[in-house]
Amino acid sequence: MRLRRKRRLLRCVRKRRELKPFKDNTANIQSDSVLLMSVVRNEKIRLPYFLSYYRKLGIDHFLFVDNNSDDGTAEYLSEQPDVSLWSARASYKRASFGLDWSNYLLRKYARDHWVLTVDPDEFFIYPFCDTRPIRALTDWLDSTGVRSFGTMLIDMYPEGPVQEAVYHEGKDPFEISPWFDSGNYMISKNPTYGNLWIQGGPRSRVFFQDNPEKAPALNKIPLVKWDKRYVYVSSTHSLLPRGLNQVYDEWGGEKTSGALLHAKLIDILGEKAREEMTRNQHYRASGEYRAYLEQLEDQPVFWCKWSEKYINWRQLEILGLMSKGNWA
Amino acid sequence: MSTLGIVMLVHTALDRAELVARHWTAAGCPVVIHVDRKVHEETYTNFVSSCSDDPLILFSERHVCEWGGWGIVAASQSAATSILERFPDVRHVYLSSGSCLPLRPVLELVDYLSERPREDFIESATTADVSWTVGGLDLERFTLRFPFSWRKHRKLFDSYVKLQRLLGFRRKIPDGLVPHMGSQWWCLTRQTLTAILQDPKRKVYDRYFRRVWIPDESYFQTLARLYSIHIESRSLTLSKFDYQGRPHIFYDDHLQLLRRSDCFVARKIWPHADRLYQTFLTDQTEAMKLAEPNPGKIDRVFAKAVERRTRGRDGLYMQSRFPRHGSENGLTSFPYSVFQGFSELFEDFESWLGNATGARVHGHLFGPERAEFAGGETTINGALSDGAKLRDYNPTAFVSNLIWNTRGERQCFQFGPADTQKINWFLARDKNAQISVVTGAWAVPLFRSNMNFADIRNEAARLQQIETKQLEVLDSVWTKAKVRIWTMAEFVESPMEPLQTVIDEIGTGQPAHLSEAPTMVDLTGFGKFLQNLKNQGMHPYLVGDFPVDDVFGAQTRQFRKPYLVQ
Repeated sequence: MRLRRKRRLLRCVRKRRELKPFKDNTANIQSDSVLLMSVVRNEKIRLPYFLSYYRKLGIDHFLFVDNNSDDGTAEYLSEQPDVSLWSARASYKRASFGLDWSNYLLRKYARDHWVLTVDPDEFFIYPFCDTRPIRALTDWLDSTGVRSFGTMLIDMYPEGPVQEAVYHEGKDPFEISPWFDSGNYMISKNPTYGNLWIQGGPRSRVFFQDNPEKAPALNKIPLVKWDKRYVYVSSTHSLLPRGLNQVYDEWGGEKTSGALLHAKLIDILGEKAREEMTRNQHYRASGEYRAYLEQLEDQPVFWCKWSEKYINWRQLEILGLMSKGNWA
Repeated sequence: MSTLGIVMLVHTALDRAELVARHWTAAGCPVVIHVDRKVHEETYTNFVSSCSDDPLILFSERHVCEWGGWGIVAASQSAATSILERFPDVRHVYLSSGSCLPLRPVLELVDYLSERPREDFIESATTADVSWTVGGLDLERFTLRFPFSWRKHRKLFDSYVKLQRLLGFRRKIPDGLVPHMGSQWWCLTRQTLTAILQDPKRKVYDRYFRRVWIPDESYFQTLARLYSIHIESRSLTLSKFDYQGRPHIFYDDHLQLLRRSDCFVARKIWPHADRLYQTFLTDQTEAMKLAEPNPGKIDRVFAKAVERRTRGRDGLYMQSRFPRHGSENGLTSFPYSVFQGFSELFEDFESWLGNATGARVHGHLFGPERAEFAGGETTINGALSDGAKLRDYNPTAFVSNLIWNTRGERQCFQFGPADTQKINWFLARDKNAQISVVTGAWAVPLFRSNMNFADIRNEAARLQQIETKQLEVLDSVWTKAKVRIWTMAEFVESPMEPLQTVIDEIGTGQPAHLSEAPTMVDLTGFGKFLQNLKNQGMHPYLVGDFPVDDVFGAQTRQFRKPYLVQ
């Protein structure tokens, strides 16, 4: 395991050459700043809401890697005072799907900081997020000696066909896709890294009904008090050293956990899937996107009469999709 | 000058500490602040100079304060000494920290204490009476040595404790002292406090307590017992602890809870809880009420948090709760029933069961084709799908999800040897499962089928083998489910009694007598059918002793007639 970790570290240091600073505001990072790390490609339409959501949550500084956008993403981001931006022209796939880049930047800028690593379509929810800023959570995690915080990715979907949920820049995506599956998730433990492996939700139910083992993983550990020894191994699903993956209790109790609301299943998905197919730069030879593209032709509807409409974090906690744990 | 003096121990969030200190002094209460030695010198001098315009704020000699160490006691001693010397009017000294926040107007506290001039408010209980000790050490705190830090060198700490236990090592407790423990936040009278601080044997006591573990929870608590005239064994500071002995933190959304608690002071407050500081530190012109502190509601909120962290919600599997095998505290969240062989024996068992119990009755949830949800639904609560592949990918998640999603409503489902068997161990180990099995009933559909006899024979052999294996699981020592097993022959002879028992256990409210029985399928010729199987070399032993002529005892059974129980 140590070897694997070292290899990952080496890899990310080697891949640093692919990163060119585009806008470096890292001098503004204070010693107690909470950071956000994200790799983006042609996400201009999502970014305004994304930034305002996370600013409200109390993120002090954003670290972005832009991978060959041609829709003005880089220009937009470089205008933001609390954003530092690097551009990477190289292959996303060969950089372990962007992981090498973020591992490197995390190592360089996020040491001893709490940092949230999310995709631009993931929105972090934690207990009391409507009344307490993210600093309250990280301070509390610090005081209890916890260094990583677990979540589950919850796919949100519209009531009608995906293509008909038209997203407009700056809008809350969950206004058009407020529905989710509340009780069809399957969990097993990954013995290699000690993390949980969660599958299920609408994509399993509709796209992977016949080969559920191929359904995407929904377990995520996005919030970490970073240390130079740490690396993400596979997206934000697992980290090394392995202790960081122990975000769950094994003796019957509940640790505090959150959720990532996933604004993927809206009209942008079709474009994205077509684009990614031609690039062939995604995990499992873009098999996931291929499936989307095929299925999207049939105008899939994820909604069923048992779908839940999102209200707030308390609803998720009651449904058992996250937990306050010991935080009261 | 007020009769109440405040000692404040501070190590972080100095700006908040200053706010609170000024709040105290504004009401005339002098404050002596102890700043942890670990705080940077420059930060300290800045802090001192920013408070220097207030003559009622003084600073005491600094000590290094480590959790569980002597420093906190030393700090309290020197700060208390200086407040008693410098402010002769002070009658009560209140020990607080930088993250404490007064919730009620200061004058209310002053009045409250003036009415009780002789009372010492200090939680102080003998070691036998406390249940909250961290690390399970109570009396041993006073009799062992603790040279290693519990937080930083847990292993060394633990093994040194073990070693001392092994060797039977005991420190001698000084004569006259009876160890007491309690919250470190107290409010003592000048009389008691000076008696402790000026005791001729103080050196002896100090030397002893220096080596006691977490002396701040025992030094004053023990010594106050020697001198106090009237100990009120509770802390005036509201402070809740989690299951690891760390204080819970209060945030802006606790505002109403704190307000209604009527407590004088609360800790710990999150330094960025702007609204709490704003609300409680502005001049409160509330009517003077002399209510007693009443932290009951807050107690409940935090007790729930501890319960959730240590026990969790039964039958819930999620990203932060995934119990190991055997630590689940209940594999599912709610009782449910599994029926095997009943829908084969009765024509309309499922609808009959639904009527008799009011439960939701599913078909074969583990049927090879799909999960047969009640009413032929393709998805059910929680958007759980009926797909067989999805279900068989993780069958235990399927059952625990179904029961979790419908908690509060009793679920019943059919099971049998023709179904996917991967779920057997889970059902057997689950104390919420009520499993009723009529063995050999799988022979009935075969009997009524239109298959070739050779195929029937093979299928019968296969099903019997599967059911035998399942029965072994249900019979194991690890089985926690309520299991009832009848052979088909037993059951057919008198079906109502077992049915009544099972239905009673499901309990729909009032224990109703079954007025209507389900219709049993026509079994005429079944005995002969079994005999034919036997003649072909397949012995259907799970059916039991079914008479060849379908005659049990002396009387002939009319299978088509419903059974009525008076």
